[in-house]
Amino acid sequence: MSEQSPHQPDPELAAHDEQPHWLVRPSTIRLLWVVFVAILAGTVAAQLFVKPHASFGIDGWMGFAAVFGFLSCAVMVVAAKLVGFVLKRGEDHYEH
Amino acid sequence: MIPPGLIMMLAAILIAFSRGHMRTLIVLAAPLLTLYAVLQVPDGVSLSAHYMNYPVELIEGSPVRRLFATVFSIMAFAGGLYAFKTARNAELAAAFAYAGGAIGVAFSGDLLTLFIFWEMMAIFSTLVILMGGTEKSRAAGFRYGVIHFLGGVILMVGIIGHYLGTGSLEIMAMKATDFSSWMILIGLLINAAAPPLSSWLADAYPESSATGMVFLSAYTTKTAVLTLILLFPGEKILVFVGLYMVFYGIMYALLENDARRILSYSIVNQVGFMVTGIGIGTEMAINGAAAHAFAHIIYKALLLMSAGVVLHRTGKSLCTDLGGLFRTMPITALCGIIGALAISGFPMTSGYTTKTMISEAAALEHLPVVWFLLAAASAGVFLHAGIKFPWFVFFQKDSGMRPKDAPWNMALAMGLLSAFCIGLGIWPEPLYAMLPYETSFHAYKASKLVFYLQLLLFSGLAFFLFLPLMRRTRTICLDTDWFYRRAGKALALRLSRGLGALRAGVMAILSSLWGSMGSGFDGLVGQQKRLAASWSIGISALWVLAFVVAYAVIYYLRAM
Repeated sequence: MSEQSPHQPDPELAAHDEQPHWLVRPSTIRLLWVVFVAILAGTVAAQLFVKPHASFGIDGWMGFAAVFGFLSCAVMVVAAKLVGFVLKRGEDHYEH
Repeated sequence: MIPPGLIMMLAAILIAFSRGHMRTLIVLAAPLLTLYAVLQVPDGVSLSAHYMNYPVELIEGSPVRRLFATVFSIMAFAGGLYAFKTARNAELAAAFAYAGGAIGVAFSGDLLTLFIFWEMMAIFSTLVILMGGTEKSRAAGFRYGVIHFLGGVILMVGIIGHYLGTGSLEIMAMKATDFSSWMILIGLLINAAAPPLSSWLADAYPESSATGMVFLSAYTTKTAVLTLILLFPGEKILVFVGLYMVFYGIMYALLENDARRILSYSIVNQVGFMVTGIGIGTEMAINGAAAHAFAHIIYKALLLMSAGVVLHRTGKSLCTDLGGLFRTMPITALCGIIGALAISGFPMTSGYTTKTMISEAAALEHLPVVWFLLAAASAGVFLHAGIKFPWFVFFQKDSGMRPKDAPWNMALAMGLLSAFCIGLGIWPEPLYAMLPYETSFHAYKASKLVFYLQLLLFSGLAFFLFLPLMRRTRTICLDTDWFYRRAGKALALRLSRGLGALRAGVMAILSSLWGSMGSGFDGLVGQQKRLAASWSIGISALWVLAFVVAYAVIYYLRAM
C-alpha cells in the first residue's frame, strides 16, 4: 500500500538537521543506559524491603522475576529466529 | 425500550446518506445515545418477540453483557471521532452497522438472535475491510468473508443440533461434550482467532484503511470472548487454546515487519489471555477475562490509531521504512507509547489492573504451569508490542521523514483513549464494580508491583541487548492461510483444468459416437436405458448438492 499513498513526505520538510536531536545524541543515550541500569538494580534491591510473595515457592526468591523475565525473552527471541528460518518468505510471496 | 444495537444500525443508514456537519453530528451523537441506552438495560429479558414460531429474546441484560456493550459504545464514539474527517461514508456506515451487530450479540437472549447479529457482524466487517480500497484489501476481504461465513455455518449447525437435542435455544453455560456443543464452540473460536485458523486476523485487518482497522480490532474477537464467557465458562480445553494463542501471537509478531500486522498478531496474543481465563473459569478468572477485554479494546484501538496516523501521514506501515518519527509527531508517539505500556500491563495502566487478575486466578487455582507461562507471556508482550511497536515506528533510526502530527480529531480520539488507559490503571474500581462477580481484587500490593516491574523492565533490557537479532527484514511469515492461498489454489486450478480437459474429452467421444452411430445413439438414451433412467429425487438431490459444494469450494479457492 505504500506505493499508492498521496502522502509522500515533503523533501523541504525532510531537511537534514545539522545538530542531531538531543534524544539521539550519544551522550544522551549513554545517560539513558545509566539511568535504566540504576532502575533495574533498584527493582531488585526493593525486594530487600518488600518481601516477595510466593505462590509456588520459587517465585518468592529475590530477583526471580528479573531472571525469569530476561530468560523468557531470550528464549522467545531465539525461538522466533528459528521459526523464521522455516517460515520466512519474501514480502511478495503471495503476489504472483 | 429501544434496543441499543438498533440505534447504531439506524445511525449507519443515516450516515450512508448524509454528508458534512450532519454526518459528523450523527457519527458523534449515535454512540453516546447508544451508551445511554446500554446503561438503561435491566437484568433479565426485557424485549422478546416471535420469529417463525420461535420465541426470540432480543434484549437480555446482565452485568457482563452491559460491560461489553458499554465498551463497544465507547469504542464506536472514539472510532467515529478518529475517523469522521477522512473515512468514506460507506466505511463509516459499515463500521457503525458492525458495531451495532456486536452490541446486538452482547444483548442476545437466545442462540437464534445471537446467530443473526453474528452474521450481521460478519457481513459488515467484511465490508469495512473491502473499503480499504486496494486490490490487496479486496482479496483479503474476500478471504476474511469466506472464513467467517464458514464459521457462521459451523455455529448454525451447532445451534440447530443443540435445539434438536435439548429443545431450547436459551443461552446458558454448557460444556463441549457432544457434536452440537463442539460445533458451537468451534464456531465461536473461529471468531476469536483461535488455532488453526488464527491467520485470518493478521491476513485481513492490516489491509483495511487506517480508520477501518480501529473498528475491526474492537468487535469480532471480543464478542467471541463474551459469548465464550456466557456459553463455555470453565471449559478446560480453552486453557490450552488460550495459551497457544498467547505464544502464537508473540512468535509471529516478533517476526513481522508491518507495524499494523504486529498489532494484529498481538490481538490474538491478548485474546489468548482472555480465553485462558475463561478456561480457568473461576469467578476471579472470568472477572479477569471480562476486565481485560474492556481494557484491551481501548488500548488496542489506541495503538492502532497511533499506527493509523503514521499510515495516514506517511503512507507507510513497514518498520523497515519507518523510524525517527518522534521528532515531528510527538502526540502520536506519546499516545502510542501509552497504548504500548497498557498492552504490556505496565503498572499505572489499565493492562496491569486487569491482566494480573487472570494470573492471580491461576495462582489461586494452583495451576503453576499456566501461571509461569502467563508470566513469561507478559514479558513477551512487552517485547513484541510494548517496546517493539514504538521503537521501530518512532525511534530506531532516522528515516528522514518529517511528517506532520495527527489532525486534531485524531489527536483528540487518542487523547481520550489514553486517558482511559491511565485512568483505569490508577483508579480501576469503577471498572471492577461493573464486573460479573463481586471482587476485592487488589492490583497494587507492594510485592506484586515489584514483581511485575522487575519482570517487565528486565524484558526491556533483553529487547535492547537482543536488538541485533531482531533486525527487521522485508519479509512475511507463512501461516495456516498458506493452505488456502497457495496449496488450495494450486489444487483448485489443477482440478478445474483437469475437469475442463475431461469435459472436452467426453464431448469429443460423444460427438464421434454420434457421427459413427447416427441414429444408433438413440439406443443409449432411449426409453429405459441407463442414461435416461429416472433416479429417485433423494439421490438426485444428493448429487446436485455434491456438485454445488465441489463447485463452490473450487471457485472460492481459485478466487483466493
